[in-house]
Amino acid sequence: MSEKTHREHGGFWSRYIFSQDHKVIAVQYTITALLIGLFGLVLSWLLRLQLGFPGSFQFVNPGSYYQMLTQHGMIMIVYLLTAILLGGFGNYLIPLMIGARDMAFPFLNMLSYWVYLLSVIVLMAAFLVPGGPTGAGWTLYPPLSALPNAAPGSGWGIKLMLVSLVIFIAAATMGGLNYVTTVLQCRTKGMTLMRMPLSVWGIFIASVMALFAFPALFVGGVMLLFDNLLGTSFFIPAVTLLGQQLPREGGNPLLFQHLFWYFGHPEVYIVILPAMGIASDLISTHSRKPIFGYNAMVIAMAAIAFIGFIVWAHHMFVSGMNPYFGFFFAVSTLIIAIPSAVKVYNWLLTLWRGNIRLNVPMLFGIGWISTFIIGGLTGLPLGNVIADVPLHDTYFVVGHFHLVMGVAALMAIFGGIYHWFPKVTGRMFHETLGKLHFWVTFVGAYAIFFPMFLMGILGVPRRYFDFNVLQYLPPQTSALNIAITVAALTVGAAQLIFLGNLIWSALKGKRAEANPWGATTLEWQTPTTPPPHDNWGAEIPTVYRWAYDYSVPGAERDFIPQNVPQASLDVHLRQPAAGEGVRSRREPGANLGGDKI
Amino acid sequence: MAQQTLEERTKALPRWLRDLVADWSSDQQTFKVNWGKAMMWIFIVSDIFVFGSFLSAYAAARLSATLPWPDPAKVFALHIGESEVPLLLIAIMTFVLISSSGTMAIAVKYGYERNRAKAALFLTLTALLGLAFLGMQAFEWTKLISEGFRPWANPLGAPQFGSSFFMITGFHGLHVTAGVIYLALIASQVLRGAYEKIGYQRVEIAGLYWHFVDLVWVFIFAFFYLF
Repeated sequence: MSEKTHREHGGFWSRYIFSQDHKVIAVQYTITALLIGLFGLVLSWLLRLQLGFPGSFQFVNPGSYYQMLTQHGMIMIVYLLTAILLGGFGNYLIPLMIGARDMAFPFLNMLSYWVYLLSVIVLMAAFLVPGGPTGAGWTLYPPLSALPNAAPGSGWGIKLMLVSLVIFIAAATMGGLNYVTTVLQCRTKGMTLMRMPLSVWGIFIASVMALFAFPALFVGGVMLLFDNLLGTSFFIPAVTLLGQQLPREGGNPLLFQHLFWYFGHPEVYIVILPAMGIASDLISTHSRKPIFGYNAMVIAMAAIAFIGFIVWAHHMFVSGMNPYFGFFFAVSTLIIAIPSAVKVYNWLLTLWRGNIRLNVPMLFGIGWISTFIIGGLTGLPLGNVIADVPLHDTYFVVGHFHLVMGVAALMAIFGGIYHWFPKVTGRMFHETLGKLHFWVTFVGAYAIFFPMFLMGILGVPRRYFDFNVLQYLPPQTSALNIAITVAALTVGAAQLIFLGNLIWSALKGKRAEANPWGATTLEWQTPTTPPPHDNWGAEIPTVYRWAYDYSVPGAERDFIPQNVPQASLDVHLRQPAAGEGVRSRREPGANLGGDKI
Repeated sequence: MAQQTLEERTKALPRWLRDLVADWSSDQQTFKVNWGKAMMWIFIVSDIFVFGSFLSAYAAARLSATLPWPDPAKVFALHIGESEVPLLLIAIMTFVLISSSGTMAIAVKYGYERNRAKAALFLTLTALLGLAFLGMQAFEWTKLISEGFRPWANPLGAPQFGSSFFMITGFHGLHVTAGVIYLALIASQVLRGAYEKIGYQRVEIAGLYWHFVDLVWVFIFAFFYLF
């Protein structure tokens, strides 16, 4: 069953449309996710226009504001971030980085993409139905999302949203089964788990988390769908609406919050762990140094994944719960800071005295560290019950999770796209446009989200359509809102530069070498660029070393690819001086002179 | 410094731990099974979380229901002549489904012995027992519906009873239905001799799924019918 030989090139349809090649599926996932992400971005512009200049734009009314808010959140978190990191990066990198010819189950892989596309189509269909998409908030809390006429889009919109989510979960499960099985069972000779690049580790652990977290959303989604479609009362308590007692009673709206956040918090790490892995590879490769503390990096990711499953109720501190539970969830939440800090220190120590090349992927790698630190640190007050209660429904939360989950993850995604673009397309991207994209995005993201912390402390509530009704807010908040809106539109425009750069470079860019970054991992050692259909041609590579042999003292070049055997190196190795380690893994600080040793 | 081999470094550990370390630190394959079997196990763990979420949600819904919860011994009783036998139908259904796990195991055995006729026979028997289970479930649903139970209503109290019942047994029934189709496909493949070359692991993989569906029923039976 191993070593499936692929059919040689079929026609256009089987090669590029209904392809079972993981590389094509990865590109399909990435393009679809970027397009739907662009749509989510446009929604955020409209939201910001209303917040910056309230009342100036007639097409944003309170109803459509909530609809766009809901769709923006759902699209960005589920249909962009999850899909691009697992479906896009996961599909492209796993087989190439572990030395497999394809995923374990190519047909299932193809099915996963098409089912994902179906979920996107159902999601978008909600914009065309009577009443429009749901406006119940991206967390879809009942009873608002379960009662007819409670929120905009409570007819068709909410049902399509839930159906789309259920379809997405089916796609994510098919993909996840594939990724986990492939990493566990399809590695090449010599590729032990502890020799895998951290990108694969991040995607692997995130896929395992997805398989355990999405079931809760599935169950919550099905129950909410039944409440909407069949008139069940899982989540609907006795409600008095406009003086009328509704006929349904006895449901438990908190139950949905538990199911949702049992999925929702691991979901944060489903997005962040692949981003962590990708950022680790960017930082190590472009500072020409082995990643600091590889084992600690892997253990920290596993620890984050495990603890990530027992912190979910910190999203519900203000929903009301037994104080002892609040204490437990606050403690478990704050404990996650430890493995996260281990990772941050390891990235910084990887950079330390490195031979840093400030190219576009590296800039995004450093941008990742910065936004992850600021976003992560602002999570600490929110993990504390006492500080969370006043901050919870304010812009402090908006600033926090946009920085840590949105911007930080996007930094890793952008960096990863620039990093692997030469391998995927065989062409280089435009460096100057890439740097422009980075600086506008990086500075602009802080300009957008940093003031939100201040606004949160001032008490500006989140999810509001209009702040003019709140007398207690100082007038400066509207000035801040205008500034944020201007920054948001600027950052949005920078993403158009990015998309333009991608398209132009893919068609007209300079031809790329096979290994333009001098990277060690297997995907850069393929016989052709882009890699052939079966990835490796006649012979699958054998792995002799870990993924981070950069600047090895005595080596001819400042990197040793994973598939170079020790014997062929010995010829070139100069005799190490007394007391000098042969492998830089033991001596992280030793001899980092650069290329020409 | 001479590198110690893995065997030397784990010598002092108990055997199961040593094997565990050896599996997880090996190259190529972590588990020495084929890919399909590994994937089925991973799928089952994921599906456990689906049923686990369903059953916890049911527990939470039952705890917070404001109207009285009906007594399952009465709701699921059959009237035979004068007497009322609690849980009779469910007992038979459970017996049938658990027996089908036995026939499934026999089918796997005959598969690995390359006894195609008998493997197909017991696969078919397993599928038929699954169908019998589904038939009895359809009967039970019909009976409850005729007594006025609906997903949104319950003549004896909390509407969440009907909602949870139809949702969870329905979801399990979908698993059984999928399993019956799956087993029928595998049986026809066995008869065609499709596994003569590639081996009979796929019979065992189908068996894993079927045993899992049976095991889940035990939990649904315990939490829904006995409590």
